[in-house]
Amino acid sequence: MLTPFYTRRSFLVTSGLAAAALAQGGLAGAARAATLAPTQSMRGGSNNYRPGAPLVDRLGSGFWVTGTVRDAASGAPLEGVRIQIWAATTLGGEREPRNHGSVLTAADGSFRLETEQIVPNFGQPHAHLAYDDGAFRTVFLRPVMPSARDTSVNADFVLARA
Amino acid sequence: MRPAMIWLCLLILATGPVVLAASSPFLAYRGPEYIAGGFAGIIALSLMLIQPLLAAGALPGLSLARARLWHRRLGGALIACTAVHVGGLYLTSPPDTLDALLLAAPTPFSVYGVLAMWGILLTGGLALLRRQIAPRIWRLAHNALALVVVAATVAHAVQITGAMELRSKWTLCLAVLGATGITLFRLRVLTPLRRRGASRG
Repeated sequence: MLTPFYTRRSFLVTSGLAAAALAQGGLAGAARAATLAPTQSMRGGSNNYRPGAPLVDRLGSGFWVTGTVRDAASGAPLEGVRIQIWAATTLGGEREPRNHGSVLTAADGSFRLETEQIVPNFGQPHAHLAYDDGAFRTVFLRPVMPSARDTSVNADFVLARA
Repeated sequence: MRPAMIWLCLLILATGPVVLAASSPFLAYRGPEYIAGGFAGIIALSLMLIQPLLAAGALPGLSLARARLWHRRLGGALIACTAVHVGGLYLTSPPDTLDALLLAAPTPFSVYGVLAMWGILLTGGLALLRRQIAPRIWRLAHNALALVVVAATVAHAVQITGAMELRSKWTLCLAVLGATGITLFRLRVLTPLRRRGASRG
């Protein structure tokens, strides 16, 4: 007579063990979520950077640059962090001073800046964002818009203490 | 096809993309050096359609000698366009252009542009050394470089979001690939085969 590959009892035992292992893994994952991998600077992110872009209410209208800033150590949102933003828009290229501005993050770590429409520059429609204020390690981002017709672009920062 | 039709098709294929790019709304947001650099690139792509046709003597009403003369002249124009393209982009944004030249740019098409640039410069150098190199070797090197330049330029152009209108860009790119491919196939495959067949006779 053939012995079944597994019995109902062994199935219950193994599945119970598997569930326990999964649950533990899940808990460990949740504990690890508190420390996040810091965001790495992107290639070309710092191109045409002009340090100390002035804090502005807006740089134009019709296009939104959005994102969030969190602390890598705790995963908590960071408030009052300055993010510098620049891009080629209908006002001109990336070196045009009117295309450079800074915003501060809100209590939930979010930031947003309204600008003129971003236009393709050097072959890709993209924005530049920088955190460069010393308390955390400097990060330069260069998010690319999937389409030149997009009216927003998002970039999230996870910052590591300097 | 009648000669007039061939020349008309060539005129439309080569100048159509330039005319359409000239009506791009993006130009209004660019400086003169960026516009000049961009158009030098588009014109270079158009010249690459004419070059293999001149080399093959495929254009009606032109003797092979005159066609070869124009092939050399347009070759010089291609080098000039490449210089204006890279120079214009450098004046527009030095860091982006240096990143591209040093193969450190985030844009995937930059490496193909740099490859095409070196291919065009090498072709120019090879043209100057024509008398010093055995004809068989020279032709093989020139053909190989032409293939690399054309393939790299098309790979560069189609990935770029810019002033070129999409349909005319793809049409020109396919025409450039077709003209180059057919010319090279005739020169390097058909002609040698026929010659071998004739000698076996």
